[in-house]
Amino acid sequence: MANFESGLYYSESHEYVRVEGEFGYIGISDYAQHALGNVVYVDMPEVDDEVTAGEEFGAVESVKAASDLIAPVSGTVVEVNEALEDEPELLNKDAFANWIIKVQLSDPAELDNLMDVEAYKKHCE
Amino acid sequence: MNRTLYGNLIFELSKKGRKGYSLPQDYDRTHTTAELPEALRRKDAARLPECDELTVVRHYTNLSHNNFGVNDGFYPLGSCTMKYNPVINEEIAAMKAFAGLHPLQPAETCQGALEVYYNLQQSLAELAGLSEFTLNPCAGAHGELTGLMVIRAYHEAMENRKIRNEEMKKDEAPASSYSLNLTFSNSQRTKVLIPDSAHGTNPASAAVCGLEVVEVKSLADGTVDVEHLRQLLDEMGNQVAAMMMTNPNTLGIFEPRVLEITEMVHKAGGLMYYDGANLNALLGECRPGDMGFDVMHINLHKTFSTPHGGGGPGSGPVGVRKGLEQFLPTPRVKMEPPHTAPEGASEPMFTIDFGNVSSSGDEGGATATSALGSVGSFFGNYGVMLKAYAYILSLGHEYVKQVGPLATLNANYIKERLRDDYLLPIGGLCKHEVVFDGLVDKSTGVTTMDVAKRLLDYGYHAPTIYFPLLFHESLMIEPTENESKETIDAFIDVMHKIAAEAKTDPELVKTAPHNTPIGRVDDVLAAKQPVTTYWRTLEC
Repeated sequence: MANFESGLYYSESHEYVRVEGEFGYIGISDYAQHALGNVVYVDMPEVDDEVTAGEEFGAVESVKAASDLIAPVSGTVVEVNEALEDEPELLNKDAFANWIIKVQLSDPAELDNLMDVEAYKKHCE
Repeated sequence: MNRTLYGNLIFELSKKGRKGYSLPQDYDRTHTTAELPEALRRKDAARLPECDELTVVRHYTNLSHNNFGVNDGFYPLGSCTMKYNPVINEEIAAMKAFAGLHPLQPAETCQGALEVYYNLQQSLAELAGLSEFTLNPCAGAHGELTGLMVIRAYHEAMENRKIRNEEMKKDEAPASSYSLNLTFSNSQRTKVLIPDSAHGTNPASAAVCGLEVVEVKSLADGTVDVEHLRQLLDEMGNQVAAMMMTNPNTLGIFEPRVLEITEMVHKAGGLMYYDGANLNALLGECRPGDMGFDVMHINLHKTFSTPHGGGGPGSGPVGVRKGLEQFLPTPRVKMEPPHTAPEGASEPMFTIDFGNVSSSGDEGGATATSALGSVGSFFGNYGVMLKAYAYILSLGHEYVKQVGPLATLNANYIKERLRDDYLLPIGGLCKHEVVFDGLVDKSTGVTTMDVAKRLLDYGYHAPTIYFPLLFHESLMIEPTENESKETIDAFIDVMHKIAAEAKTDPELVKTAPHNTPIGRVDDVLAAKQPVTTYWRTLEC
């Protein structure tokens, strides 16, 4: 049912990181948006905020539940996806195309603690 | 339930100049606002609806017919204990001698009312296996907050005593009791351990109380992961203020290692908080105090049969074990001489302790006869207490013991009869409620939401859905002890029928409800663009 995109790093709490150079795009997986159902609100940090791996940096609210967003990696927020403020449903349309925050990675070694797509698929079974 | 919707708004019935009152002819209309500063006076008309009395009465009577309550039909809303609200409760609460009381009335003029208040405190303490109860909190979450404030005050007083004792040791003076003048020092115990299966109010209450939430993981069977708890206590035991627990937990499963858990947390110096939301499963059978809990709240509006869910105010009394009484809020109702006094000493009098808070503490700390002072207005929701006490007396010692076992029997009967069509993620005995993870047959695409909506077509209130969050398609059924076998069998038949429909005509279920005044609503639009006022609709 859910799509899985390869080449990304996944966390147990269903966030992903797409790494481009020194930056990481963080979002929620397609599996997560499926489980949440229709998303009605995304609570995001602000640019220049620090996020820490394993700690919450925002929340996603759906018609079913509100769920914390847990940072898969640490870093400084350089951009937030402002389109989600007015159209949180973009996460349901394409969770991988619509990342939530872009961070400058402070410790790329943290990526080693995350799963690749095969391991993540198993995690979701 | 009505098949047709009464959908008028009172504003739509308004006719300019129509009214259901008449004021004296010489009434000075400017009088009521004359004393208000200019800036606070309304410039435009309030645009209130203008209707005659009969129109108003018909409007609200018709509106009430849109409602669905326990008196209309089976209401298996999990985690909410929608049990029957006996009529005698209402009759007692409506008695003029109670309903006409003023909260500041001198104690000697309302001894009967205070006796009821005191007796309810005592009854709850006995049923919970704790020492003393405050009836002040007005709802479950209010009780949680009050209970956590009690716990925080306890740790701060202990911290202060520790500092004092260390100072006194230097002077070689005897250690003094901290119980007379409560003084507080900041405590490093600021963390609250909460299982990930908990009700959302638990972490919310802890956060509001200024405490930090630490999540304890659950095992695959939904119970607390004791090894993870041990690990957390090893890491941060001396920072733990309390652990909050619901037992049976939100999956309706009794925590088999509860004694071990309470012992571990106590050893680390933390207190155990019992969320009374699921107390109905245990009522009369076992007691939180005996499991090692120190502080708890009870939802009178769940376990003790008073109306809720838009039907009435709640009440969330908080109980504490021996040694913590002094941290309860005021006002409190006391009996003098206390019930421990020899019989026949003198006629007992019921008195009110308002707490006498004074801010002139020594060394900058506040002192008071109560640690917390007041947590709300006056005594709490007294009418609710009357109803709860009437319920306790109606059942008496003998029948109160049947509440938990019968609620548990009903839930297990539903569980066993529905597990062929509905996916049971956790086998074994449940307590007062059962959680399914949607239909067994997922191939039809029919979700828990669809099943819940289709139930409305058959005249049932929907169960709790998508909670607990441990499963994707949670469907949580709590029948309570009140329902007859016939009622439960009829519900089970309908649930089987819906499962069959999901196979033969999935569209029918996916587009339900069809027989209700309003069909499937757009949840997303309702959440994103709620229209909550009539005038805004007009102006948009």
